[in-house]
Amino acid sequence: MLTAVISGFIFALLIPFILGRLKSISTLWVALLPLTLFIYFLSKIPEILAGNTIKTSYQWVPSLGINLDFYLDGLSLLFVLLISGVGTLVFVYTSAYLKGHHYLDRFYAYLSLFMASMLGLVLSDNIYTLFLFWELTSISSFFLIGFNNDKEDSRKSALTALAITGFGGLFLMVAMVGLGQITEVYQISAMAPMAEAIKDHSLYGWVLFFLFIAAFTKSAQFPFHFWLPGAMKAPTPVSTYLHSATMVKAGVYLLARFTPVLGNHEWWNGTLIIVGAITMVYAAIHALFRIDLKGILAYSTISALGILVFLIGLGSPDALLAACIFILVHALYKATLFLVTGIIDHETGTRDVTQLRGLNKVMLPVGIAAMLAAISNAGIPPSFGFVGKDLIYGATLNMGDLAWLLTCLAILTNVALLVAGFVAGIKPFLGKLPEKFENVHLPAPSMYVPPLILATLGILFGLFPGILEGGLIKPAVSSLTGASPDFHLQLWHGFNLIFLLSLITIGSGTVLYFLLKPSESLLKKVTAFDRFSPQTIILGISHGFKLAGKGWTGFFQNGYLRYYLITILGFLSLLLAYRLYLGVDLLINTELMTEVTFYEAVVLLVMAVAILFTVFSKSRLAAVASLGVVGYSFCLIFLFYSAPDLAMTQFSIDTLTVILFVLVLYNLPKYLKLSDNRVRIRDGLLSLIFGALISILALEVMSESLSKETSEYYAENAYILGKGKNVVNVILVDFRGFDTMVEITVLAIAAIGVFGLLKLHLRSTEKE
Amino acid sequence: MKTIIFKSASVYLLPLLLLFSVFILLRGHYLPGGGFVGGLMASIAFVIHSFANGVENTKNIVKFHPGFLMPVGLALALLAGSLPLFMGETFMTGLWMDQPVPVIGTVGTALFFDTGVYLVVIGVTLTIIFTISEGL
Repeated sequence: MLTAVISGFIFALLIPFILGRLKSISTLWVALLPLTLFIYFLSKIPEILAGNTIKTSYQWVPSLGINLDFYLDGLSLLFVLLISGVGTLVFVYTSAYLKGHHYLDRFYAYLSLFMASMLGLVLSDNIYTLFLFWELTSISSFFLIGFNNDKEDSRKSALTALAITGFGGLFLMVAMVGLGQITEVYQISAMAPMAEAIKDHSLYGWVLFFLFIAAFTKSAQFPFHFWLPGAMKAPTPVSTYLHSATMVKAGVYLLARFTPVLGNHEWWNGTLIIVGAITMVYAAIHALFRIDLKGILAYSTISALGILVFLIGLGSPDALLAACIFILVHALYKATLFLVTGIIDHETGTRDVTQLRGLNKVMLPVGIAAMLAAISNAGIPPSFGFVGKDLIYGATLNMGDLAWLLTCLAILTNVALLVAGFVAGIKPFLGKLPEKFENVHLPAPSMYVPPLILATLGILFGLFPGILEGGLIKPAVSSLTGASPDFHLQLWHGFNLIFLLSLITIGSGTVLYFLLKPSESLLKKVTAFDRFSPQTIILGISHGFKLAGKGWTGFFQNGYLRYYLITILGFLSLLLAYRLYLGVDLLINTELMTEVTFYEAVVLLVMAVAILFTVFSKSRLAAVASLGVVGYSFCLIFLFYSAPDLAMTQFSIDTLTVILFVLVLYNLPKYLKLSDNRVRIRDGLLSLIFGALISILALEVMSESLSKETSEYYAENAYILGKGKNVVNVILVDFRGFDTMVEITVLAIAAIGVFGLLKLHLRSTEKE
Repeated sequence: MKTIIFKSASVYLLPLLLLFSVFILLRGHYLPGGGFVGGLMASIAFVIHSFANGVENTKNIVKFHPGFLMPVGLALALLAGSLPLFMGETFMTGLWMDQPVPVIGTVGTALFFDTGVYLVVIGVTLTIIFTISEGL
C-alpha cells in the first residue's frame, strides 16, 4: 500500500521531465497511473468483503509515535476507489481540456501530488500522518486553484482557500495531539475500543471542537463555506476532482472515520446536525440564484456536503448507510455536471445559464450525460439518486421527536438542489439554439466519454443496487457502525411514506424550476445581502489582522537602532523592576569578598574614565576607541579572575569590533550632529536605571547559594568523556557541540546577509 | 596607516599570527584556546595586513573569496559530527584515535569539529570586514 501512495508523489516529480521530452504525443497515457491504482484497489475488494482489514506499517519516527501506518477497511476502500476512479476520468479529460497548454506538465504533477496525498489521507491509520496528508491536500489544492497564476482573482482565491483549509489543518493537529494525549496510542484503529473512556475524558470537548473546525473548513461548512465558490476559478478538471468528488469530502471522511471513536455523544450529534442543516439549506437556497454554471454547482456541492455532515450527525445506522450511499451518488452526478460545464465553457466560451440554450443540437452525447446526471441529482427513479434520497428520508423519519423538523429541512434542501441540478444539467441543452452557438461542435471523445461513463453508472447503480451493496457499501457501513449491517438495497420499496415524500420533492422541485428563472437582476438582489455574509465578516477580520500587523510592525520595526535599544532596555528594565519590587534579598557579605588589589583598582579607574570619555566625547572615532578601552579593561578583569578563555575571546572580539566601527564610521559624513540635551538626558536616565537594576540583580545573584551541580558535572566529566582538560572548549565542541553547530550556521547566515545587503546597495536611509 | 615600518612588519606578522592562531586552535582541548578564538586571531592577522597594504593586496594573497571558507567549515563540522553515525553511534559522539599523533597530540572528531568552527569564523569575519571596507 505504501507503493500505491508513494507512486503518485514520485510520478509528480518525474512527470515534468517526461512530458518535456514527449511534447508531440497525446498525454492520454498519464491516466494509466490512476487506472492502475483503481484496478489495484478493486482487487482488494474480496479481501475486505471477507471481513478482513489490510494493515501495513513502516517505521518513520517511532520515538514520536509517527509511523507510516496504512489501513484499508470498508470506509477507506470506498474513498480510494472514488479517488482513483474519478481520478482516471479526470486525467483522461484533462488531456483534451488542457491540450497544448504551456504548463500541462505542471498541472499533471500537481494533480498526481494531490491524488497521492488524498490516497494517503484516507489510508492513514496514524493520526500524525493523517495530519500530514491532510495538509498536503491543502497545499496541492492551492497550486491547482491558482493554476492560472497570471490572473489576480485566481491567485486571491487560491490564497483564501489555503488560508482557510490551512487554518483548519492547524486545528486538526491540535485535535490529534489531544487524542494522542487521551489514548496514548497513535493508531485510529486502536482507538475505537477506547471510545467510552475517551468520551468521559475532560479533554473530549476540546478534541471535538478542534476536530470540527478542521472538518468544517475542509468540507466548506457554514460559516467557512465561502472559499469553495472562490475555488471555482481553477480549471474545470480541478473543480471536478477536488471540489466536488474528493478533497472537500476529506472533512466528511474525517468525521466518518472518527464516528466509531468520538461519535454517539450529544455534543457530537447536536453540533453536526445543526451545522450540517444550516449549511445544506443555506447553500441550496443560494444555488437557486446563481447564473454562473460553476457557481450553481459550487453552492449545490456545499449543500450536498451539508447533507453528509447532517447524516453523520444523525448517527443512526440508517443515516450512516445513507451517508455512504450519498457520497457515491453525489460524486457520480456532480463530477458529471462539472465535466459537462467544462465542455460547455471550452466550446462556447461562456458559463452564463441565461445565455445557454439548445446545445443538444450540437453536442448530443454531452447533453445525454448532463440529463442523466440531473435525473440522478433530482432523485427520479430509476436513478441511483432515488435510492440515496429514499435512504435520507428513511434516516430522518426515524429520529423520534425531531423527525418532522429534520425531514422538512431535508425536503427543502432536496427541492432546491433539484432545481439547481435542472438549471445546470438540462436548461443549457433544451430549447432553440442561439445563432452565435451554431458553430459550436462536439469536443474530442476523451472529453465527453468520462462524463458519459459517470452518468451511466449513476443510472446503472440505481437499477441494480446489488452490484454495490456487498462489495462496497456493506464493509463501509460496518466500519462506521462497528457491527455487521443488516440491510438490503433496492430501488422499489412499494408505495409508502418515503415514496410519497420523494414524489413531493420531485413535484414541487419541477414546479419551482419552471417558476424561477435565474436572471442577473435576481442575483443582484441576493448579493445585496452579502454584506452580512460570513465571507464578508471573516475577510473583514483577516483584513483587520493585516492592518493591525502593519501598525504593530511599523511602530516597533521603525528602522532606527536607537529606538530598538530603547524598547529592549525599557522593557527589560520594567521586567526587572517588577521582579525586584516583589522582594529583594540583598545580603552583601563583605567577609567573603577578596580584597581589592592595586591593579584591579587601576583597571576599574581606567574603565570609568573611558566610559565618561565615551559619553562626552565630540568625535565618533574617539568614542569608539574609548569603548575599546572599556572592552580591554574587561578582558583584564576576566584574566584576574582566572577566565583566560573568556579574556582571549573578548580581546579578539573587541579588536574586531573597534575595527568594524572605525570602518563604518570612517565612511559617514564628517560633521557629527550632536543630539540635543533632552535626548541625552533621556538616554542617560534609561542607561542609569538599567545599569542600576542589573547591578542589584548581580548582587542578588551573589547572595543566592549557587547550585554547582552543572559546573561540577562538566568539570568532572570533561576529561573522562570529552578527553579534554579545557572544560570551556570541551563544552563547546563536545557536550554542547550541537549548539555550536547551529551557532556557526547562524554566523554564516549573518555574513551572507551583510554581504547581500551591501553588495546589492540596499543602503540604509538613515544618515545623520 | 601607510608607514614603512608597519608595512614591512605586516608582511612578517601575517604568517606568524596565522601560525599562532593554528597553535591556539590545536591546544584548545587542553589549554585556553580553541577554534573560535583561533579563527578570530587569524582574521585579525588578515585585517592587520589589509590595513597596511590595502584590501586588494590582502585579497590577492588569499586568492579565493573568504566567504568560501564558510561552507567548507560548516561541511567539515557537520562531517565531524556525523562521522559517528557510520560507526553506529549517535550524532556528535566524540571518536578518538588510539595513538597520539606527534606534535598535535590525541586526535579526535572534536578537533575536526573545532577546525570547522575555525574556518567558519575566519570566513564570516573576513567576509563582513572586506565587504564593509569595499562597499561603503
